Amino acid sequence: MVERGTALLRKVEINVAEAEKRTGKNTVNMQETYSVYLIEIRPAETEGGTPAAPDTLWRRYSDFELLRTYLLVTYPYIIIPPLPEKRYRLPLISPLVGLENFLLRVASHPVLSNDKIFFLFLTEVSSQTCVAECPLKIFSLKHYSDELNSVISQLLRVRARVADRLYGVYKVHGNYGRVFSEWSAIEKEMGDGLQSAGHHMDTYAASIDDILEEEEHFADQLKEYLFYTDAVRSVCRKHELIQYELEMAAQDLAQKKQQKEELATGTVRIFSLKGMTSKLFGQESPEQRESRLAALEQSIQEGEETVKEKNTECKEFMRTAWEDIERFKEQKDRDLREALISYAIMQISMCKKGIQVWSNAKECFSKM
Amino acid sequence: MTWNTSLADGSPMPNSPSSLVNQYRLEDDDEGQKDANTKDIFIAVDNPESQVTAIETFIMYRVATRTTRSEFDSSEYEVRRRYQDFLWLRSRLEDNHPTLIVHPLPEKFVMKGMVERFNEDFIETRRKALHRFLNKISEHPILSYSQHFKVFLTAQVSDLASHKKQGPGFLSRMGETVRAVANSVRGLRSRPEEFAVMQEYVEDFSNKMCSMDKVTQRIVKEQREYLEELKQYSPTYAQWADLEEELADPLKGVVSCVVQCSKESEEQIHHLSEVLVPALHEYVLCAETLKAVMRRRDNIQAEFEAKNEALLSRKVDQEAVKEVDGLADRMEQANNALKGDWSRWQHSMRTDLRSVFISTAEKNVEYYEKVRQREISASDSNFTHTEKTQTELLFLFFF
Repeated sequence: MVERGTALLRKVEINVAEAEKRTGKNTVNMQETYSVYLIEIRPAETEGGTPAAPDTLWRRYSDFELLRTYLLVTYPYIIIPPLPEKRYRLPLISPLVGLENFLLRVASHPVLSNDKIFFLFLTEVSSQTCVAECPLKIFSLKHYSDELNSVISQLLRVRARVADRLYGVYKVHGNYGRVFSEWSAIEKEMGDGLQSAGHHMDTYAASIDDILEEEEHFADQLKEYLFYTDAVRSVCRKHELIQYELEMAAQDLAQKKQQKEELATGTVRIFSLKGMTSKLFGQESPEQRESRLAALEQSIQEGEETVKEKNTECKEFMRTAWEDIERFKEQKDRDLREALISYAIMQISMCKKGIQVWSNAKECFSKM
Repeated sequence: MTWNTSLADGSPMPNSPSSLVNQYRLEDDDEGQKDANTKDIFIAVDNPESQVTAIETFIMYRVATRTTRSEFDSSEYEVRRRYQDFLWLRSRLEDNHPTLIVHPLPEKFVMKGMVERFNEDFIETRRKALHRFLNKISEHPILSYSQHFKVFLTAQVSDLASHKKQGPGFLSRMGETVRAVANSVRGLRSRPEEFAVMQEYVEDFSNKMCSMDKVTQRIVKEQREYLEELKQYSPTYAQWADLEEELADPLKGVVSCVVQCSKESEEQIHHLSEVLVPALHEYVLCAETLKAVMRRRDNIQAEFEAKNEALLSRKVDQEAVKEVDGLADRMEQANNALKGDWSRWQHSMRTDLRSVFISTAEKNVEYYEKVRQREISASDSNFTHTEKTQTELLFLFFF
C-alpha cells in the first residue's frame, strides 16, 4: 500500500507489532498506567532470503505526539500525517494499525523521510546515546516555553487594558457623588438621602485604587513566569550547544577513521592534498606512512576520548537539566494554581465591597 | 403612577382587558396620594405599525383605554394615534392650562448619525415614553378631565381630525405669542417671592438633571468598553489551557467564569440604558417644561402689569377697568394653579426618581452577587480533594 519511493523505505521495513500496558511513576510521583507500542525495524530485503531479526524499541503514545509536534513545527509547509486518537470509544481501528500508518506515511514522504530526528525516533534506544531523545524532549520544552511566553504576554496585555477600563467605570461614579451633593442642596425632602448616597458613590469611586493595587500582585506573579520562560530557553540553548559540540566531535572522529582506513588500504576516497601530491610526486616511503598512521591512530584515540567526554557531558547535562525542569514544572503548576485562586479571592472581595456600597446607596435612596 | 421598573411598565397591553389591572402594581404611597387607590382609568400604548401613504411614512400606535369614569360612554376604547396627535394633545393642554405642569413628550426625531427614524430601538423608546405621557396625564387631577384628552382617547381617526380643526387657528395663536413676547420684553416688575424661589430651583434642577443624564450616559459607555476588553480574556485563557496538563482544568474554569461574568455585565448595562437613562432623560425634559411654565406665568403677570400701568396713567375707562380686572383674575388663577401643581409635581418627581435609583442600586447588588458566585465556583474547581475542606472552611469564615 505504500510505495517504496523513498530512500528510507528502500532500506527498511517498519512495523508496529505489539502493545503493552506498563505502570510507573509520573512527574508528580503518582502511579500511572500507560500503553507502549513496539516498533520493529528490519532491513528491506536480505540477499540470503532469511529475514534478519528486527531492531525493536518501545515507544509511548506521547512520544508519537512529541514527534508529530516536532514535525509540524519544523516543516510548517508540509501536511503532516495524522495520529490515531488516543482513547478509543469504538475500536474501529486498532491503535497499532493507526500508529503504523502514521510511521509509514512519514517514511514515504520525500522530505519527512530524510529527517534525522525521525530516523532516530525509529532506531535509537534512549539509554545508549543522547542523540535522539534529547532533541525531541528539548524541542518540546522549547516549544512549550515559547508558547507560554506568548500566552502570558497576551494575558498581561489584556489585563492591563481591562484594569484601565475598570478604573474608568469606577471613577466616573465619583461624578455621581458630586452631582448628588450639589442636587441635595436644592431639595428639601430628598436632600438627606441624596447627600448620603453621594458619599457612597465617592467611596465606590475611591475603592478602585486598592482593588487595582491588589490586582497588580497577580500581574507580578504572571510576569515572574514570563521571566522563567526566558530561563528555560537558555537551558535549551545550552543543550543545543553541547549537542552541536558532540556532533562535531563525532563527525571529526568519523573522518579520521576514514582517513586511517584509506591510508591502511591505500585507496583514496576522500580527496586530500597529501594523496594528490603523493600521486604526483611519488608514493611516500613506508616509514613515512607508518608515522602518519601512528599519528592518525593517536588522533583517533583522542577523538574517541573527546566523543566519550562530550557524550557523558551531554547525558549528565540532560539528566540534571531534566530533573530541574520536572521540578520547575511542578512548581509552576503549584504557583500558578495558587495565583489563580488568590485572583479569584481578590475578585470575590471586590464583589463584596460592591455589594456593600450599593446596598448602602439603596438605603439612602429609600430615604429620599 | 410610580416608575415600576420591576414590571414591564411600558409593555404592550394584554389582549384581555381585565388583566390590565394586574399590569399596574399599586404601590403603597406614604404621602397618601389619592390616585394610588382610586385609579379609574388605565391606558396602554402599544403595537406600533408603520403606515405608508403617497406623501409620507409614519408610525401609528394603538392606544387602548379602560375606564369606569362616567364621562366616558363606554368602558373600553381602542384607537390608533401617531406622534403628531400626541403633540397636538399636549399643546392643547398647555394652551388651556398654561401654568399647569404637563408631562413632556419624547423628543422629535433628530438625525443622529446612522440612527434611522424607523429604527426598532427608537420606536420602542418612543412608545414607552408615549405610554408614560398618557398615564401621567391620566393621573393629573385636572388635566385628566380635559375634553381634548377624552377625544384623544376615544375618537376614531377621522373624528379626531375634525376635532383638531375646531381649535384656535394658527394665526390667532401666533397673535397670542407675539403679545406675550411684547409684554415680557417690558419685563416683570417683581416676581413674588415664592415664584422667585421656584424659578431658581427650576434652573438648578435643570442643571442637575442634565449632569445626571450625562454622567449616566458616560457610565454606560465606560461599562461597554470594559466589557469589550473583559471578553478578550476568554480566548487567551483558552489558548493557555491548551498548552497545559495539570493546569488545563482550572484554566478552562477561568474561561467559563469570564464568559458568565460577561453576560452578567451585559444585563447590568442593559438595565442602565433601558431604565435609568430614559428616566433621567425624561426629567431633563421635565425641567424644560418647568422653565416654559415659569415663562408663561411671568407673561401672564407681565400682561396684567402692562395693562394695569396703562390704566393708571389714563383716565378711568369702564372697558379698560374690566380688562384689567379680568387679567388680574387670570393672573391669580394662574398663580394658584401653579402653586397647586407644583407640590404634586415635586412629589411625583421624588417618587419616580427614588424608585429608579433604588432599582439601579438593586441591579448593581445583583450583578456583584452573581459575579461573586461565579468566582466562587471557578476557584472551587481549582482545588484538589485534600485542599478542598481547608479552603471551604476558609471561605465560609471570610465570605
